[in-house]
Amino acid sequence: MFKIIKKEKLNESVTRLIVEAPHIARAARPGNFVVVIPAENAERIPLTIADADKERGTISIIFQIVGATTRVLDSLKVGDEIAHLLGPLGVPSHIAKYGTVVVIGGGVGIAEIYPAVKALKSAGNKVIAIIGARCKDLLIFEKELRTESSELKITTDDGTCGRKGFVSDELKDLIASGEKIDLVIAVGPVPMMKVCCDVTKAHNIRTVVSLNPLILDATGMCGICRVTVGGKTKFACVEGPEFDGHEVDFKELTERLKAYKDVEKRADEHVCRLLSNG
Amino acid sequence: MRERSAAERIRDFQEVPLGYTPEQAIEEAKRCIQCKNPKCVGGCPVEIDITGFLKFVAEGDFASAAEKIKETNALPAICGRVCPQEDQCEKECILGVKGEPVAIGSLERFVADWERESSPRPSTRYARSGHPSPSKMERGMNFDDSRKKGVRIAVVGSGPAGLTCAGDLARLGYQVTIFESLHVTGGVLTYGIPEFRLPKAIVNLEVEYVKSLGVEIKTDMLVGNVYTIEELLKEYKAVFIGSGAGLPKFMNIPGENLDGVYSANEYLFRVNMMKAWQFPEYLTPVKIGKRVAVVGGGNVAMDSARVSLRLGAEEVTILYRRTHDEMPARKEEIERAVEEGIVFKILTLPIKYHANNEGWVSEAECIQMELGEPDSSGRRRPVEIPNSNFKIPIDTVIVAIGNSPNPLVPHRTPNLKTEKWGGVIVTAAGLTSIPGVYAGGDIVRGAATVISAMGDGKVAAKAIHSFLGPTK
Repeated sequence: MFKIIKKEKLNESVTRLIVEAPHIARAARPGNFVVVIPAENAERIPLTIADADKERGTISIIFQIVGATTRVLDSLKVGDEIAHLLGPLGVPSHIAKYGTVVVIGGGVGIAEIYPAVKALKSAGNKVIAIIGARCKDLLIFEKELRTESSELKITTDDGTCGRKGFVSDELKDLIASGEKIDLVIAVGPVPMMKVCCDVTKAHNIRTVVSLNPLILDATGMCGICRVTVGGKTKFACVEGPEFDGHEVDFKELTERLKAYKDVEKRADEHVCRLLSNG
Repeated sequence: MRERSAAERIRDFQEVPLGYTPEQAIEEAKRCIQCKNPKCVGGCPVEIDITGFLKFVAEGDFASAAEKIKETNALPAICGRVCPQEDQCEKECILGVKGEPVAIGSLERFVADWERESSPRPSTRYARSGHPSPSKMERGMNFDDSRKKGVRIAVVGSGPAGLTCAGDLARLGYQVTIFESLHVTGGVLTYGIPEFRLPKAIVNLEVEYVKSLGVEIKTDMLVGNVYTIEELLKEYKAVFIGSGAGLPKFMNIPGENLDGVYSANEYLFRVNMMKAWQFPEYLTPVKIGKRVAVVGGGNVAMDSARVSLRLGAEEVTILYRRTHDEMPARKEEIERAVEEGIVFKILTLPIKYHANNEGWVSEAECIQMELGEPDSSGRRRPVEIPNSNFKIPIDTVIVAIGNSPNPLVPHRTPNLKTEKWGGVIVTAAGLTSIPGVYAGGDIVRGAATVISAMGDGKVAAKAIHSFLGPTK
């Protein structure tokens, strides 16, 4: 089960795995995620299903090495098996004909918007994709998104590719240009999603964000993923991960994401030691 | 029963009671007066032939005692540990009228442990007496092996309800597949009840036993998402839903989403399931701090408090809005918690949590309560005393005020009727609103007991058997 068919480094810290998981591929829809446990002693981590191939029975997951468990996952090779893979999880994206949809991806979030862009386009929308990263080397999915979207805009913090600046700058200009936008979808780091929501809120443009809180069981049992949306507590794993961005308490989400930062370092050091000892 | 001292046991996750010696077990079993019409059996949700097994224990024939129990209960090592016997079989024991009832639970545990230790491999456990003796149920149902071969049944969840239902159906000859959403089997027995109250090795052995009956268990399979119940019904002749009460309740008070506030489910899941107590060898962390407050008065609250001590907390306080008398936890567990040094602040209700500069919880603001008139549960209702607010400094809060039925399967099964509070509606036979679909355990009852879940699993197995057409 869960054999790795293909492994590809998209940049220095982001990896794509294609994994055998026919029952997940069969049921997966855009916006769903999986829980990955790369080895028996590892954490349960959530990763968006970046693509699913029902015929081949495979799914594609893309992750950035940010700590112990993603490091363990990245140490696996083609032919190795992932210990556990659970999914598809979460409420799928609502795909419909909206008109013009701006889909924004930041960092590794670019991989997460890919299935939505594809689905929205085939649902008859004009899809403008805006993607951003710190620099050119960290940009992913440029080619795929250029093919799948109606229009692709790129920003980098340092200007090594596309416009120098942030995805929100591009969004502001787009709005200023008079483009009639029916829906914005933003996926990426919390500050990026927050800024995008601030921009759209001023213009009353509906905005959906895909949240990335800490996850444990991912089936609604533990509540670590709770987020406040519209003043109410929601479990992102089963009620999300997509929510109305104008209602999300981003400050609380930021605090909750920090909860284990200090101890996570210890786990990462432990894994680094183990991996370097072979 | 002998127990390890509080000072010794709070330093590890080993069991507290040490169990009977064979001599002690025989002596205790001899106290049973072998009532002609034993009331204790009526107190047992799975109707173990209690006087029957006690007679074998009194005679020193532990193997026969084990077989006797297993006629109706496939998981005796678990029930002997976590059943609330004081409210069930032992409550009905006639000796209890004037003195101490027979320690039926401890004896069940002894027999199961004896059997495990003398024949550790589950598949050979029944070989000793030549052949597994047909259970009461099998005899009563004219068990017909050939007709049931290849008839497939799906069970959702590998907790006590699912394991029992699957085990009984397998023994009737059906081909059973259990779908478990987590990566480890056992449900609440694994993620909920801590090692020192129910060793995971025992749970694993019982799971292995159910597998040895021919049951297939697929882990990492979330029914509802991977396959809907309707889809399962195309491949399987019947479905049993035992997906548990996994939805943690919160109080919805200010500050409950601060860092450092756990649901008991999250806390116990990290420790029991993800083995956070062995961090960083196991990569899932848990942060405990020095001062822990546990909100609630049930078994889960006691478990959370006692786990906290074992993880190195210096001061663990139970905050409970009523008094000791109203606590739903087992007396035994409360006593052990007291012995281990857990502080009980009764008539105390948290109303708000305050944070330090780093956004971590630092104080629980509470209000003093008093008992008023009895409520619908018969317990006296706690009433707030105005202006009695006070603050308790804390580093961690564990909210253990109960769980609701897991809404996942009902949400994805439009025709499955549920109560307003989430419980799946079933008939006395465990049948849901969908033909061929049965349910039992906490998904029906809300958070209840292991043994009632097992009882439901048995009832449903029997109902499924007659639904599929038992022999005339």
